[in-house]
Amino acid sequence: MSGVAPYEMRTSEKRLVLWFIGIGFAHLAVGILMGLLQGLQHAGIDLYRVVPLVRHYYQGLSIHGVFNVLVFTTYFIAGFLLFVTGYGLGRPLPGLRLGWVTFWVMTAGLVLVDWALLANKASVLFTSYAPLQAHPAYYVGLVLVVVGTWLLLVIMTQAYLAWRRENPGRRTPLITFGALATIFMWGLASVGIAVQFVGLLIPWSLGLLPGVDPLLSRTLFWFTGHPIVYFWLLPAYISWYFMLPRQVGGRLFSEPLARLAFLLFIPLSLPVGFHHQYLDPGVSVGYKAIHGLLTFAVFMPSMLTAFTVLASVETGGRARGGRGWLGWIGRLPWQDPSVTAQLLAMVLFAFGGISGLVNASFTVNLVVHNTLFVPGHFHLTVGTAVALTFMGVTYWLVPHLTGRRLWSRKAALWQAWLWFFGMTLMSRGMVWAGMLGAPRRTALGSAPYFQPEWTDPLRLAAFGGVLLTVSGVLFFVNLVGTLWGAPRGVTTEVPVAEPVEEGRAMPAFLDRFTPWVTVTAVLVAAAYLPTLYRLFAEMRLTVPGLRPY
Amino acid sequence: MHTHPLERFWIYLSAGLLVVFAFAVAFSSLVLGIEIPGIEDQAVPAAAAGEYPPNQGWIRELAPGRYEVNMMTRVWTFDPGEIRVPRGSTVTFYLHSADLLHGFRIQGTTVSLMAIPGQVGKVTYTFTTPGEYPFVCHEYCGVGHHLMSGRVIVEGN
Repeated sequence: MSGVAPYEMRTSEKRLVLWFIGIGFAHLAVGILMGLLQGLQHAGIDLYRVVPLVRHYYQGLSIHGVFNVLVFTTYFIAGFLLFVTGYGLGRPLPGLRLGWVTFWVMTAGLVLVDWALLANKASVLFTSYAPLQAHPAYYVGLVLVVVGTWLLLVIMTQAYLAWRRENPGRRTPLITFGALATIFMWGLASVGIAVQFVGLLIPWSLGLLPGVDPLLSRTLFWFTGHPIVYFWLLPAYISWYFMLPRQVGGRLFSEPLARLAFLLFIPLSLPVGFHHQYLDPGVSVGYKAIHGLLTFAVFMPSMLTAFTVLASVETGGRARGGRGWLGWIGRLPWQDPSVTAQLLAMVLFAFGGISGLVNASFTVNLVVHNTLFVPGHFHLTVGTAVALTFMGVTYWLVPHLTGRRLWSRKAALWQAWLWFFGMTLMSRGMVWAGMLGAPRRTALGSAPYFQPEWTDPLRLAAFGGVLLTVSGVLFFVNLVGTLWGAPRGVTTEVPVAEPVEEGRAMPAFLDRFTPWVTVTAVLVAAAYLPTLYRLFAEMRLTVPGLRPY
Repeated sequence: MHTHPLERFWIYLSAGLLVVFAFAVAFSSLVLGIEIPGIEDQAVPAAAAGEYPPNQGWIRELAPGRYEVNMMTRVWTFDPGEIRVPRGSTVTFYLHSADLLHGFRIQGTTVSLMAIPGQVGKVTYTFTTPGEYPFVCHEYCGVGHHLMSGRVIVEGN
């Protein structure tokens, strides 16, 4: 039996989860506004002179990237993983005090990051490529956020081990299983930026090192920089696989394949970083090809997901009376904003995945590298599959945690559809402009080389950005309304799906993590060690930092 | 492990597609000869010295229709910023950075490369159509990043 009995978390635990989620969304609100400014700038409307606090495009862009994909994601995920771990195991978290320590460590770091960004002392974009240098507070702050995620790993492992002692022979409940796979993968993946920030960037920004080795620094960044996208994505998968089927009145189609998909992400997320460095001189073509092939391999668990999740949703549509090949789709509960948001997120994720294959393709990447095609791609993945799913989850999670009703279901439905259409148009515009050669991360509205054929796609993208902003406003009004204005005393169910075939025999390696972590270590060593060894052996800490912003 | 027949079909289909894509990529690289940079290109242009120092920007003609360009990038300029070659010329670019990460992309071509301090990038391209090809920096390098550009002018004959 892998199901989950209804369980009520302690109030103190719920409060901790709410704080994580709230701070995450507060940053997303600012991040979305910055995105609007960028889209308008590309279309010839420059608002940077009139907006307070933000001095220029690149400061805004740094805030946009860091707030949206480092702060919002990490905070929401910390809250959500704590929640599904505790709820799934049906027992109090043994490390609640450590949970608050985690929150304060991360938030102390966040204060430093926020200050550095808002004071224009860290306009280096979220990739923080050396020798572009930020204020030391920025690097220290980000390290503290990462340390927070490690503490989260400790809390979740403690809870898991305690549960296993209490429940010998039982399978790990699915939502908790997904959370553990996510955090174990991240624990391995985060080693790269830990070495980069602690070993290179912090001492260098403090003047303790004469210079930095840009290629080594960049390579360490991408060691973490690609798997981090699965750290964002897997929590969305937890909802799609193990919660959404229940919300649509269905069941999980295949428990073994769902577990396999999560487990495959542990080894396959990591040895792929060179696909961000295809055009870097100084990394061998052979290893780039290996990382390229492994990137295709990590596409497999997402293809498994596409099948299993859709088949699970289909069981719901059929249980609700849907007939025929497609008739079940109309029978899904589209009036439930949490469901609608997640289904629409999945639709756009299909295009996100396909455009990702373009980026990952060794030679094809030449055409799109560092063009707007790339943000066109990842606004479909992290910007929709992840962000819109998190919003959809919030539509039941915050009511559950607060005991209040969702403030406005109608606004939530509008929000989901507006995000879907806004992102479709924005992403289409970006991909289009990118294929016409428009570089990403560039104040195109002020570029002397602006090509006339970029005008239409960039206007389309800007229009999509406006719709997204309206969607964002609807979301935040609804969130604030739910937290402070909606009626109390309402019970909201935590949706947890049961598998179609409950209790079917399953190989033991589908409920163990150690073999997968071992495979990961071997695979990462094979894919990375020769290059890292050479880069460390040839390391020259000679290039000084520069702050031209 | 039990899997539904449809699901097994889907798995084979997905894996098959990826194998086809991988072969297409291998074909484009090995047969069509589309190159991406590696560690083999780290040397500065052969015999570059004297009139053509490795740490400065310059253009030199190796033979009729064959050119070498030593491209220096620094905030926020390309040196040389303008390159004139006759139609049909094959140009090999050696890309350096004097300060930050920069990018080098010639619009309308497959030339795209990262400029990393301490590394030398190399790319070769044949310009068959006359016209003006702007090139731009495609890696963020500070507040003047969007000003960093130049052009290749391919002259008809």
